[in-house]
Amino acid sequence: MKCRKCGEGAALELRRHNAAFCSPHFLEFFQKQVREAIRHYRMFPPDTPVLVAVSGGKDSLALWDVLIGDGYETAGLYLDLGIFEYSVESKAKCEAFAASRGQKLIVERVVDAVGAPIPEVQKVTRRPTCSACGLSKRYLMNRAALEHGYRVVATGHNLDDEAATLFGSVLHWQTDALARQSPMLEATHPKLVRRVKPLYRLSERETAAYAFLRGIDYIVEECPFAHGATSLAHKDTLNRMEEASPGAKHNFLFGFLDKARPVFERAQDVRLTECVRCGQVTTGELCAFCKLSDRVRRSTGPGA
Amino acid sequence: MKVTLRYPKRQVEIAGKRRVKDLLRELDVIPETVLVIRGSELLTSDTVVGEDDEIELRPVISGGGVA
Repeated sequence: MKCRKCGEGAALELRRHNAAFCSPHFLEFFQKQVREAIRHYRMFPPDTPVLVAVSGGKDSLALWDVLIGDGYETAGLYLDLGIFEYSVESKAKCEAFAASRGQKLIVERVVDAVGAPIPEVQKVTRRPTCSACGLSKRYLMNRAALEHGYRVVATGHNLDDEAATLFGSVLHWQTDALARQSPMLEATHPKLVRRVKPLYRLSERETAAYAFLRGIDYIVEECPFAHGATSLAHKDTLNRMEEASPGAKHNFLFGFLDKARPVFERAQDVRLTECVRCGQVTTGELCAFCKLSDRVRRSTGPGA
Repeated sequence: MKVTLRYPKRQVEIAGKRRVKDLLRELDVIPETVLVIRGSELLTSDTVVGEDDEIELRPVISGGGVA
């Protein structure tokens, strides 16, 4: 198989684009897709400092690598979830990456904020682990960005992540979630920062290839709690469709963003207020994170 | 050839040479879900791999919580 641009031997075939690229031209393609995402959604101007939420995995480190290469002022934010050896190893990957590129890494510990690490939170709340984890991540990302003076947080969500989330929302017709799903979530309140997903145009396989070809040392092992996660089942379904019909995931997501999302967005009318406890933004009196934290402290504190 | 797979990490021995796409089909692996690695290079589906090759099928799917 030959590179579409130079005719040399290809490193990666992109069936949905009916193309193949050699290593240098694939890296160029990848960086262009990130730039196009940032440009299309006006995610952030070149002089805006960006806080990159990093997990030690391929996506977030690939994103950070591209933004550094393009000259953005960045810092990494690592949320220590306290998931045994997995968190120890993933944090070490982030620290090594930051040090090798002379970048600042901010570390926040879930145990400090919630009162217990994620495995304990799961036992107390009996919510699916990924649900409590996602809630904690969103809350802490916003809080850390505000505290450190960043107005934009970039996450490593890729095309597969976004397509799987969309698939799940459509299966259950969660119209509020459909209204919110976007590569850019604008700051709709002074205490909310903008959240952007510059990898939404790139598949999971493409981000893995980028990380590999750039020599990024990322954590390949899966989070021990991800086994059996619904999002993985949705990804499996979508990948089988992709195999039969290249471009299926891309068309599903991009068709939604272009044609359907504006309809759901118009129907959504949410009044934002500030949590009476922590002051972060919520739709009720007490925010979901404080409710979660209360349950954890009641169950793990003295007299529990 | 030796083929390394993950989740759980294991190694299988495959006799004879074949194209990467045939190898994946034989192992029931969806091409979209892995990188096919030989040493420091990525292999495309039409590459023929042989008896002496050591191949890693690295999963690319991560899942769980949405941030």
